[in-house]
Amino acid sequence: MRPRSLLRVRRSHRTDPPHGSVRFALLFSLSLITTMGCLFCSAPQASAQTPDRGEGSANVSPPSEVVARDTPSDRGESIAVAWTPPPEDTGPGGAIDGYRILRAQSATGPFEAIGQASAGAAAYTDTNVKNGINYYYTVVTLAGTAAVSSGVAGPAQAHPQWLNTNQWNAFIILFLLLGFNLYYIEHIKSGGKPFIRKLAGLEAVSEAVGRATEMGRPILFVPGIQDMNDIQTVAGITILGHIGRTVAEYDSRLVVPTSRALVMTTARETVREAYLSAGRPDSYNENDIYYVTDEQFGYVAGVNGYMVREKPATCFYMGAFFAESLILAETGNSIGAIQVAGTAMPAQLPFFVAACDYTLIGEELFAASAYLSGDPKQLGSIKGQDVGKLLGMASIVLGVLISSLGAITGWGVLEKISSWIESFWSTTLA
Amino acid sequence: MVRQTIPLMITAIVGFVLVVAYFIPHPPFDTLREDFAIYFDIIASVAFILGAGNLIMMHGSKISKRDKSWGYSAVTVGGFILVLLIGLTKIGNPDGFRGSSVTAEGSYFDYVYRYIFRPCAATMFALLAFYVASASFRAFRAKNAEATILLLVAFIILLGRTFVGTLLTSWLPDSLFFLKIPYLAEKIMTVLNFAGNRAIMIGIALGIISTSLKVIIGIDRSYLGAD
Repeated sequence: MRPRSLLRVRRSHRTDPPHGSVRFALLFSLSLITTMGCLFCSAPQASAQTPDRGEGSANVSPPSEVVARDTPSDRGESIAVAWTPPPEDTGPGGAIDGYRILRAQSATGPFEAIGQASAGAAAYTDTNVKNGINYYYTVVTLAGTAAVSSGVAGPAQAHPQWLNTNQWNAFIILFLLLGFNLYYIEHIKSGGKPFIRKLAGLEAVSEAVGRATEMGRPILFVPGIQDMNDIQTVAGITILGHIGRTVAEYDSRLVVPTSRALVMTTARETVREAYLSAGRPDSYNENDIYYVTDEQFGYVAGVNGYMVREKPATCFYMGAFFAESLILAETGNSIGAIQVAGTAMPAQLPFFVAACDYTLIGEELFAASAYLSGDPKQLGSIKGQDVGKLLGMASIVLGVLISSLGAITGWGVLEKISSWIESFWSTTLA
Repeated sequence: MVRQTIPLMITAIVGFVLVVAYFIPHPPFDTLREDFAIYFDIIASVAFILGAGNLIMMHGSKISKRDKSWGYSAVTVGGFILVLLIGLTKIGNPDGFRGSSVTAEGSYFDYVYRYIFRPCAATMFALLAFYVASASFRAFRAKNAEATILLLVAFIILLGRTFVGTLLTSWLPDSLFFLKIPYLAEKIMTVLNFAGNRAIMIGIALGIISTSLKVIIGIDRSYLGAD
């Protein structure tokens, strides 16, 4: 009797502690952080000169401390204007209607209006400038018929930057992961034996293919509905290569309907190579990997029709899925197929867990190729990924502790540290 | 050898340049991401012709052999040719052949889209309602401890999102607000569900980075059919 549990308890990832050699990666990242430190030096900025009081100035004040400077971390052609709103500005619906931003190429004018900002705003980004040209700005407070102008800020020039310092945290994570991956690849190549927990869904591939062979029915592989520029499709195709080899060894039939023409050509090449490496190039049938349609529900209708008519014994769903996930999986369930799914779309995971026998959750989809290959290089990358997760977990626990301590003691510095940790991860994930 | 080396080199160069472009906004890197996206679109457009050709060949072969499901193939090929002809000739387009877009309101193409394609797609989508019910029925059977917890949680969420949940626990005093079903449902969604979702998201983000690195530096070549 085939396994068909709906919920599976997943053990937490067992991860070996970082070895001493990981230090090179940490030292590398420290040097990186030091380098990045200099990048935080603010760009030259130009402050406003004396304000110019205009009509109706008795009721409202002009913005103060108007500053114009090159927008940092961008490709140029942009100047950021910032100001301190007057005390009368209580936000939308208050005494002040908003601000008008004026620009000139000379401190004496003529100034032309380039945009508006609502009440409560304290910044405006001018994206209609040319690099290397001096610009001067003034900000006018608008209140009814009154308009009070600030002093002139400038000159400011737009320039393209060489480094996007907004992404420094992503750079550090990328750098650390690369270091961990390379370290563990070398570690495993030199004889280290990694512990990789068993993935039930992938362990069942042979069983599922064998069952289809015994029943004389085809095996269906659905690589999601996204194109080859989606990393989930790439992960799905790499798994298809391994499944293709197993199918070739069993001399069974593999059917791959695709929703993108580029995926079809890639899948054909991958499966052809898999059959070749299994020593059965003659069994490969190009027509079993075919294009259906780009349209989401047209594709679902085509695949569902095939499932109901041909009743494949095994269905694999590996890639990016949207609303069609449950329609496909429930149809597969209704025909009694063994179903293995894998996706990194969090919203579709519950559907696959409910309707399929095995589900690769999120990162397991990406680890599957390495897991199936057994190649030391690829297994090393899983360990590297695990260390990355360990760092993430440690920083979450640390953040929670620091934030709790900050709330208990009222020390502002602890709140700042926990906010920094939160923004580090949230902007990276964004 | 060449069949694998050249794609590997292209993958490595493009991947590396795109990673660099993410951190360097300065020319010439600033436009590379858009440029590569355009190149991808061009390749995908060419591949689309391959796809269309494959569709005609596949189904044409089934029709000519009178395969057991050749009727479906006939509908597919017929639909494909009909929509292609309507689109290419802009039949019924209010501004004529040289006029506005092929999808202009009033054109036959627009008609086919509105009154044939959209209802068909909506019908497929509507199947979800039934499938959600059947999948939930199986998932919520209290076969073991985990499934029982799932059932209870689902029950609370279900009630908490409807007026029944509010009605059932409205008699509770304010001091016992934490026992009110809408409050429980809200907390389950915003604390437990959110935390679990974030954990999965972090794993996915790291998995994407790791997989991308494997592909870029050539460790993972299985997408080329090699280990």
